Amino acid sequence: MTGLIDIKGVTLAYRTDTGPLPVLDDLNISVPEGGFCAVVGPSGCGKSTLTRLIAGLMRPDEGEVWLHGARVTSPRATVGMAFQNPVLLEWRTILQNVILPLEIVPNKQTKAQREARARELLALVGLEGFEDKRPSELSGGMRQRASLCRALVHKPDVLILDEPFGALDAFTREDLWQTMHQLRAEEPFTSVLITHDLRESIFLADEVIVLSGRPATVQYRMAVPDTGPRDLDHLYTPEAAEMLNILRHQIEVAQGRAPADPEPATATPPGSAAQAMH
Amino acid sequence: MTDVPSPVTRPRQIAGLSADRLKKTLFSRSVLAPVAAVLVFLALWELLVQANGWPDYVMAAPSDLPQAYIRYWELFLVMGWQTLWRTVVGLAVAVVFGVLVGMVMGFSRVMRDALYPLLVGFNAIPKATVVPIVALLFVGQHDFNTALIAFMISFFPIAVSVSIGLSTLEPEYRDILRSLGASQAMIFWKIALPKTLPEFFGALKVAVTLAFIGTNLMEIVSPHGRGLGALFDSGKTNSDYPLMFAVLIALAFLGIVLFYVVVALEKIFAGWAERPAT
Repeated sequence: MTGLIDIKGVTLAYRTDTGPLPVLDDLNISVPEGGFCAVVGPSGCGKSTLTRLIAGLMRPDEGEVWLHGARVTSPRATVGMAFQNPVLLEWRTILQNVILPLEIVPNKQTKAQREARARELLALVGLEGFEDKRPSELSGGMRQRASLCRALVHKPDVLILDEPFGALDAFTREDLWQTMHQLRAEEPFTSVLITHDLRESIFLADEVIVLSGRPATVQYRMAVPDTGPRDLDHLYTPEAAEMLNILRHQIEVAQGRAPADPEPATATPPGSAAQAMH
Repeated sequence: MTDVPSPVTRPRQIAGLSADRLKKTLFSRSVLAPVAAVLVFLALWELLVQANGWPDYVMAAPSDLPQAYIRYWELFLVMGWQTLWRTVVGLAVAVVFGVLVGMVMGFSRVMRDALYPLLVGFNAIPKATVVPIVALLFVGQHDFNTALIAFMISFFPIAVSVSIGLSTLEPEYRDILRSLGASQAMIFWKIALPKTLPEFFGALKVAVTLAFIGTNLMEIVSPHGRGLGALFDSGKTNSDYPLMFAVLIALAFLGIVLFYVVVALEKIFAGWAERPAT
């Protein structure tokens, strides 16, 4: 199976003073075009390293990363990134912040076109009227919305989200989850989301991948059905609770706090409509 | 850019300063408060001298100064200008050199490790001891020597602040641009440089006063009849004590003027870093 994002047998170790520190071990992930893959796992298991590999900011020791049928060896303009820290440029207005990627990625757009594109995205995430404000004048949630617009302004194929909602309060976070669904409906992209929030993972993703402890490899995959929790009410159904229970158990296994299942790593959540992917 | 109002600089307002606005500015808190503080300081000084009945060779009173200024007005203008331009030249060189050294140290860990002890050691040498060395090294080059000492004493804070500003740039800022394929030069111009500006201006404010110290060190320790330092020295030789104090006040005045020039530049180039008063 080939996807828009293909991670094939990726192994990576950091070189430290006390010798190599293995981070990723024979990792295999494939995300189809338009897919949304959430990656969860114990903290420090190499999830952020994974995003840097996909973005071409790092190269694996072994294995390959492929985007859109091309092997990734260096950064490419078809990727958009958003982090937990929105890293907006304080000296620019929100509009100019969102335009930033268009100043770097080669394109033939005029200034007016760039501004129109940025305004369109800002309106989509509910930031209409804040274009000329500075980041310091916005709340944390609004800054993160602007950061998402910046990640999408150059119409990337791949959107890499590294815990973008991690620092927000619960209500703002749920707001932004819904914004993500809106964005996905309006702006087609393939996404990898790193998160610590299991509810977030089943709310947003088509597939949830649980990574094992370091060195990380895929421990468990869960397909989230189309009928999965796509609005907030659905997060409190028995089906959703069941999925969350399974994921929580898998995290405990990854942390070494619970014995591994005798069952195979890929399973269908019992009693739910979820289908195994492989 | 016409539809992007910048809250930082308002050139039109400065250009079109009406009489009404001038009046408002002169009587605003930001002008009245410092003027009042200076007046209180002068009054206390006068009181101290009068109460103790000190003659002017112990300590001149503010009331002794006007006659010194009237008598030597032309000397004050000529020598004040000599001090000012040589300080500014030394400072300008310190800015160029300090920023370059700061960039080298900020971007390269090896260079940082290599240069820090050298810089600190150089800075730890009292510049008063360097003055005779420089005076011997470049005999007769008075202007050059004076600007050189001003430069040597003032570049250190600039180099350190620029290097810290660049080396503490959050990796996410770099990643956002690098993942789009931006070059190192682009990252420097778009992010590293503007982000370092507030630190740079903070250091420049320190450097301004230091540069004056450097200029006057040269003018006093190695007298060559130029600058306010030389005027101070002649006051000392001729037992003209009010003149000595008048020189001190003139130096303070020049320092204040140059300091506020830096403040104005800071407002223009790094005004975004200033938080609105709440």
